[in-house]
Amino acid sequence: MSETTPTAAPPATPSGVLPDVPRLPDRLVDQLAFPGRDTYKRMVGAFRDAGFELCADLCAVDYLIHPGRSLPEGVAPERFEVVVNLLSLSLRQRVRVRVQVPESDPVVDSLFDIYAGTEAMEREAYDMMGIIFRGHPDLTRILMPEDWEGYPLRKDYGVGRVPVQFKEAPGPR
Amino acid sequence: MSDEREPQGEPLTPEPANEPEDFGLEPTERAHREAEERQFIEPETDEGAQELHPRSQTGAGELRTEVGAVLRLPEGGFVDPSDIDIERRDDQTMIINMGPQHPSTHGVLRLMLELDGETVLRTKPVIGYLHTGMEKTGEELTYVQGATNTTRMDYLSPLANELVFSMATEALLGVELPPRATWIRMLMCELNRISSHLLWMATNGMDLGSTTMMIYGFREREMVLAFFEKTTGQRMNHNFIRPGGVAADLPDGWQDDIDIICDTVLARTYEYDELLTGQPIFRERTEAVGNISAEEALALSLTGPMLRSTGVPWDLRRTMPYLAYDKLDFDVIVGSYGDNFDRYSVRLNEIRESIRMVRQIADMMPPGDYRVQDRKVTPPPRARIDESMEALIHHFKIFTEGFRVPEGEVYVAVESPRGELGCYLVSDGTSKPYRMHIRAPSFVNLQALPLLLRGGLMADAVASISSVDPIMGEVDR
Repeated sequence: MSETTPTAAPPATPSGVLPDVPRLPDRLVDQLAFPGRDTYKRMVGAFRDAGFELCADLCAVDYLIHPGRSLPEGVAPERFEVVVNLLSLSLRQRVRVRVQVPESDPVVDSLFDIYAGTEAMEREAYDMMGIIFRGHPDLTRILMPEDWEGYPLRKDYGVGRVPVQFKEAPGPR
Repeated sequence: MSDEREPQGEPLTPEPANEPEDFGLEPTERAHREAEERQFIEPETDEGAQELHPRSQTGAGELRTEVGAVLRLPEGGFVDPSDIDIERRDDQTMIINMGPQHPSTHGVLRLMLELDGETVLRTKPVIGYLHTGMEKTGEELTYVQGATNTTRMDYLSPLANELVFSMATEALLGVELPPRATWIRMLMCELNRISSHLLWMATNGMDLGSTTMMIYGFREREMVLAFFEKTTGQRMNHNFIRPGGVAADLPDGWQDDIDIICDTVLARTYEYDELLTGQPIFRERTEAVGNISAEEALALSLTGPMLRSTGVPWDLRRTMPYLAYDKLDFDVIVGSYGDNFDRYSVRLNEIRESIRMVRQIADMMPPGDYRVQDRKVTPPPRARIDESMEALIHHFKIFTEGFRVPEGEVYVAVESPRGELGCYLVSDGTSKPYRMHIRAPSFVNLQALPLLLRGGLMADAVASISSVDPIMGEVDR
């Protein structure tokens, strides 16, 4: 978290370069951008050209049981959201790109061509959430075993439990 | 085939209707064929084995990743393509497996290496052996319990993990910390950086054959851990930094402990200079080994000492100050060549800088509360519980139900000893995080391995792996 106020941050995106997508000022400095799936890759590429040299983080969120969230007008909430945090070393700024990904077709473009560092992060998002990144060179499971079924971080994927025994177990008499 | 035993005809088990013909293939061969067919049917993913395959079975794009070549540099070109001979026949090379149990892989990292004689051609890290689903666990724990979970990710710098989780929670809550809490956090995190780098020096020394350095590193680290035990109650996994402040005030006489730690460790770093920095064998083994350029490091999202060793002065404590780092006087250590020696010297000098910072923090430590006096976040003090029913109820509620955090999303990053440690926290207004994602620096930094090892010797691979400083608990989470 940076301590600078939102007003102090200069606009990170040169106008005209970026596709026209809804944006929200974040209360914690980072700029937010909500491209559609078709403009997502183009927009991240534009951010890169605008001086965001480093893709700090990429993860996916499953909004299955929390559909209401603050999205700007014109952005229809979908079940999944891919969140990309870009970092500009020269501007000392962060920008967060959030893409809505529908459950029926969980496919987005891979950012691998733009930021090679997203390779492992996209594999993790695929492994944990089942988001398919089109154009990724090696989209395999990374943390789970190769033959694992299901996507553990999805909200409809159950959590295993071990029953807690509060009383002394009846021993063999 | 069953005609001889059952001449009357009907086989006991009816054959399935559409079993594929097996053309007399061996079971393993059939399994391979089936896997290939499955891949053909589901072309949208190429989910398959995580291992390194022979070149003949690897696609060109994947091959270039594995040699660490697919990097888009600012000019728009790739890393010199003539460097990489993709057209090499399988029988000239050998794929070997290193780990998951290997003395130099720092845990359960498994590497698959393609070798031509002694030279490493391709590398593929295979991870996940320590995966325990901590991000999923984090969704089941309240914000009060959350720090106990995140502290176990990077077990060598647990306080940085607690810090990033607590800062993310506080950003959503919108609470303002009392100054003493902030400064205690800084003190502990810098001491943690010292202990983490010391352990790195120890293991790196061991990987290069210097068992003396290993013993020395562990010895000095123990001093810091003893102070942690005195302050937090535990040597590791402290759960000391919590949303709303820290768990306890510093113990009596902490200044003396800090003085001793700073004086001793600082003096010993000069012994390391004699032992390693100036030593010809050590320099031969680390200089110009595992080089990485600044452009490559940025493209691969490397942060921390990995990025700084290439000459990029990026340290979140300086460039995007959090806590009260903007009030401290310290230098950002950068290297120039991005080789193993630069990474060594960056870390060694960061120990010295951290000592400098710890001394300043000890001098400037403000008095006051060590946690925020907001009853919604902080449990009431022990004395109040005996006399007030409300305090007791409040205490009970905070520890069973937890406090509610307003809806929202936040990404908070701190500089851990390994790089940018980020926490993306989504709250749905309840007392548990809806989604907690940790951006683990080791996980991202491991991507540099194919590039660091390519073209180097097998013996240097061990040194390069160590210089990345991967903590497998954090990689796999």
